[in-house]
Amino acid sequence: MFRYALTRFISLALSLVVASLLIFFMLEIVPGDPAAYMLGLNASPETVAALRTELGLDAGPVVRYLGWVSGMLTGDFGTSYTYRTPVAEMILDRIQVSLPLALLALALSTLIALPVGIWAASRRGSLADAGVMGATQLGVAVPNFWFAMLLVLVFAVQLRWFSAGGFPGWDAGLLAGLKALTLPAIALALPQASILARVMRSALLDTLGEDFIRTARAKGLTRGQALRRHAVRNALIPVLTIIGLQFSFLLAGAIIIENVFFLPGLGRLVFQAISQRDLVVVESVVMLLVFAVILVTFLVDLAYAAVDPRLRRPH
Amino acid sequence: MRMLVTGGALAGIFALAALLSFFWTPYDVAVLDIAAKLQPPSAAHWFGTDHFGRDVFSMIMVGARVSIAVALVAVGIGMGLGVPLGLAAAASRGSHLDEIIMRGNDLVFAFPALLIAIMITAVFGPSALNAIIAIGIFNIPVFARLTRGAALSLWTRDFILAARVAGKGRVRISLEHILPNLANLLIVQGTIQFSLGILAEAGLSYVGLGAQPPTPSWGRMLAESQTMISFAPWLALFPGFAIVLTVLGLNLMGDGLRDLLDPRIRRARA
Repeated sequence: MFRYALTRFISLALSLVVASLLIFFMLEIVPGDPAAYMLGLNASPETVAALRTELGLDAGPVVRYLGWVSGMLTGDFGTSYTYRTPVAEMILDRIQVSLPLALLALALSTLIALPVGIWAASRRGSLADAGVMGATQLGVAVPNFWFAMLLVLVFAVQLRWFSAGGFPGWDAGLLAGLKALTLPAIALALPQASILARVMRSALLDTLGEDFIRTARAKGLTRGQALRRHAVRNALIPVLTIIGLQFSFLLAGAIIIENVFFLPGLGRLVFQAISQRDLVVVESVVMLLVFAVILVTFLVDLAYAAVDPRLRRPH
Repeated sequence: MRMLVTGGALAGIFALAALLSFFWTPYDVAVLDIAAKLQPPSAAHWFGTDHFGRDVFSMIMVGARVSIAVALVAVGIGMGLGVPLGLAAAASRGSHLDEIIMRGNDLVFAFPALLIAIMITAVFGPSALNAIIAIGIFNIPVFARLTRGAALSLWTRDFILAARVAGKGRVRISLEHILPNLANLLIVQGTIQFSLGILAEAGLSYVGLGAQPPTPSWGRMLAESQTMISFAPWLALFPGFAIVLTVLGLNLMGDGLRDLLDPRIRRARA
């Protein structure tokens, strides 16, 4: 197990190094000088040059890359070109929206998908199963931002139960914060729940065909008992992988939903930073999100290996 | 079979609309008619008009062109690069090449796709072409992984052994024996990626990074409708339905094709 964890860890570290190189050098070729952009059209070349020196843009790309990486390792993500505030502070500020939103969406999607998937699998071939399959097929096809707009139309514009967008901040109270995140979370959760319900259903159907379920039935368990005590547990392994992947997707993929609801989250921060040529913010946030994705994958792999010893052996 | 027909019909309607839009649309989408702005659906304008008085039905027809073209080329990029990489990885199983290809794949998978697509279009400027590249890049590892996995199991089969005994090299075996046996799998995955491409294109255009005005695109139509949704809901409903029905059609087609082409499923049904 230790050897497996070590090789996975080395692979994680290598992925992070390559990812950081890719992100940094991709942004190197972004057209437009951040210093010139910050100072506007009327700035003299001397002023722009002075600002370039101040921002450390004079140094070569390798020096700046190393500075960026070593800074991140110590929690210093640099200073935003546009807002002149530490990027780490901005990230901390925005993650208070993005993380709860991702968790809320994930919880919603899991709470809907697992029972629905199990229910459909246990009634395979029935009208209920066909209904679930049809509904999930539709759920996968609906773009989440369009669904978000429809939610706004119905629940914010017509019924006035929720606000159409914005975030009051957690200072306004837990309930107010959660209320502002409810519609975005539902919009994010719908397609994820559809995918997850389908995965749950098919994993459960695969497991139900296994010998150990037949043995359990032969020992006198009813179909429902075998399903609950043995099949669901075993079917959860692929489902957990998808949940892990979905979490990283929700954290990074909420960018469009954050735009629909004008939520001050990480995705919206990146989007604004790109249009303002605030590259320090872009590269740090993207790196952080990639780190989150790689870390979640690593943890899922380890959890897998802990549960299933067969996976520890090299292929 | 029913899924394949329903899906094919749904996707086919939009493909036809896209083709037809090259020759004919009920109204010219480039002509603004402010006098006819924001009209609800009627006999003259089936899907109503937008804030510039443009016919929404005609815009959806032209928008289908952009969506389908972007998604199709993106799948082409993914297949064109991913399949050879997957074949090479499988043919050289366990080698450094295999390792590099697969780790490269993992890396692309680790990047939050949408975020990077947004970065690419931001770096190179928003355009339909850059949207294609951004979406295409994320299709490469999908096809590479699928191809490698399926090809690996084929490499252990007797007919491949026979081809090796006959003196064929790895490249020839990959092209002449492995690839044709993967065709079904690739067609099914291609359909799924196609539908994901339509969704991704809609998302990118929605945030303004897809096809640029005056070319209509479904995603941008939705973005423009957002502020008018309370008094002109048709502007948000029809482009949305267009996306949902096209994606649904393609997904049903993918499922139907898989059922039709996968002998194991066919046998299980018989």
